[in-house]
Amino acid sequence: MRITTGLLTAFFATQAYALDAPKVELTDPLDTGMWSYHQINILGNPDKIRFDERVVVKAPVAAEDSFNVPVLVDATALEDVKQMVFLVDYGPIPKILTYWPQKAEPKLSFRFKIDQATPVRAAVQTGDGEWHVGSTVIDAAGGGCSAPAVAYAADDWEEHLGEVRGRVWPEKGRVRMIVDHPMDTGLADGIPVFIIEQLQLADNLSGESLARLELHEPVNEDPAFTLYFGSNGVGNEVQVTGRDNNGNEIDAVLSAAAVQ
Amino acid sequence: MTDLTKRQFLGAVGSTAVIAALPKSVFAAPLSYDLAPVQVADGIWMIEGRTEYFSAENGGAIVNCALIETEAGIVLVDTGPSRKYGEALLDVARGLNGRGVAGVMITHHHPDHFFGNQVFSDKPIHALPETRALAESQGDGFADNMYRLLGDWMRGTEPAPPNTDVSSSVISIGGRSFETLPLSGHTGADLAILDQKTGLLIAGDLAFLNRAPTTPHADLPTWRAALDVLTEKNASAILPGHGPLDTSGASLAQTRDYLDWLEATLKQAALDGLDMVEIMDEPLPDRFAGMGAMPQEFHRSIAHLYPQIERDSMPLGQ
Ligand SMILES: [Zn+2]
Repeated sequence: MRITTGLLTAFFATQAYALDAPKVELTDPLDTGMWSYHQINILGNPDKIRFDERVVVKAPVAAEDSFNVPVLVDATALEDVKQMVFLVDYGPIPKILTYWPQKAEPKLSFRFKIDQATPVRAAVQTGDGEWHVGSTVIDAAGGGCSAPAVAYAADDWEEHLGEVRGRVWPEKGRVRMIVDHPMDTGLADGIPVFIIEQLQLADNLSGESLARLELHEPVNEDPAFTLYFGSNGVGNEVQVTGRDNNGNEIDAVLSAAAVQ
Repeated sequence: MTDLTKRQFLGAVGSTAVIAALPKSVFAAPLSYDLAPVQVADGIWMIEGRTEYFSAENGGAIVNCALIETEAGIVLVDTGPSRKYGEALLDVARGLNGRGVAGVMITHHHPDHFFGNQVFSDKPIHALPETRALAESQGDGFADNMYRLLGDWMRGTEPAPPNTDVSSSVISIGGRSFETLPLSGHTGADLAILDQKTGLLIAGDLAFLNRAPTTPHADLPTWRAALDVLTEKNASAILPGHGPLDTSGASLAQTRDYLDWLEATLKQAALDGLDMVEIMDEPLPDRFAGMGAMPQEFHRSIAHLYPQIERDSMPLGQ
């Protein structure tokens, strides 16, 4: 890990991208030299922002599979969370996804494609407008972002496009879902960007919106999420809707497992 | 930038910034493997690997290799993680038998088992045909990762796939005969070798003992079937791929117990809707927690196996 990060630091140090000072100068606990750049370009140079240990980012120390790196972000120690932005410091496309928890807890499990050893950040905005940032570092052999989707090895991927697998655990307040989609980054030769852009969850009976996700290229092929609703639980049926950048619609209802 | 691999940097280090970023240990002392052969049967010695994961500290010497005396010289089973390791093995072989190495057998295509092959490329290197194909297609990818994990221990190492297909059920070299068992499950092709003179079974990575089994290319039902075959052989002793010599069959039982537990645990996790990071947080049973390379191998296995197990378990939305 030290080797790769060192190489990257050396590389970025020689890059002449313009970097204005951010409105709030933070001391990055990981000191990668990249954070200020993302603070300005991804978070829009906010007035109120801090590194905050109440935003817990958990991931394996090393990515065993560059195409499917699991991350669990838990910001339940914060009140009144409005949105959560997940990104990497090093990668051709830094932004992974944005989560609006709405009726859910500010906590999400997801997987992403890692391109090289990098910090993963979760920037969490509370109702007062302040951003709270948590981090962890993941070592990786790399290449997950610039390789073509595995799906194309199977010739029936189109039949499964947009299918949603998953389940609801009402009492545990948990929804798990896997959406079939190649999630092509556009970085592999000759394969254009082809990604799910939006996913929404709603209670299937009341129609009440429960949570919303905006996905970007680094989200893994066949995106997999766990959403948490805490002790208030969640209804027996959850509708998942969404669309990809080619206009394909996603629409499925997930149900509670039959009592066993 | 992703085109820059550690391998290329070690080949041609051009920037002082890069040198400064390398761990100190890489340059602190000349690296050498200290391989001590231990006799485990009549005319058979083992080099026992450390029950750890790859590190720049252990140089990848985490694997068991066997040296078997024949009238033509030493037959080696598996050649270790690097060229340097292969050279050290050759020294050991020459110390045991003045004729040096007569031939090599490779149990499977994982890099810690065949990356010393370069040193023996003028000798027959026997392996299952599928092992040769896998070593050819995956060797370069393994090499990039091994350079990243082991650093300078790997200097000069290039993957050299086996050169001789195992196609008969018995191989004889220098008057010594070996029954070859073409199995799979740990990988797509796993060769187990039964020495007919002593009844010692060299199981490769189909058997682990007190070191967590690894699953990057595993097929669990096939692996279990292979364990059935090995158990029926009633070997006098078993040399597992990782861990100490097994004189009781414990390596086969323990490997099966672990694979059964691993699969059951992941299936239950899928029923509970757990994400991979949540499974990593779960405690290991005592009987597995003390194995070498834990919990690291459990975490790796979650990455290898869980996505498919979970997919098979989740119902399709309506
Ligand atoms: Zn192996």
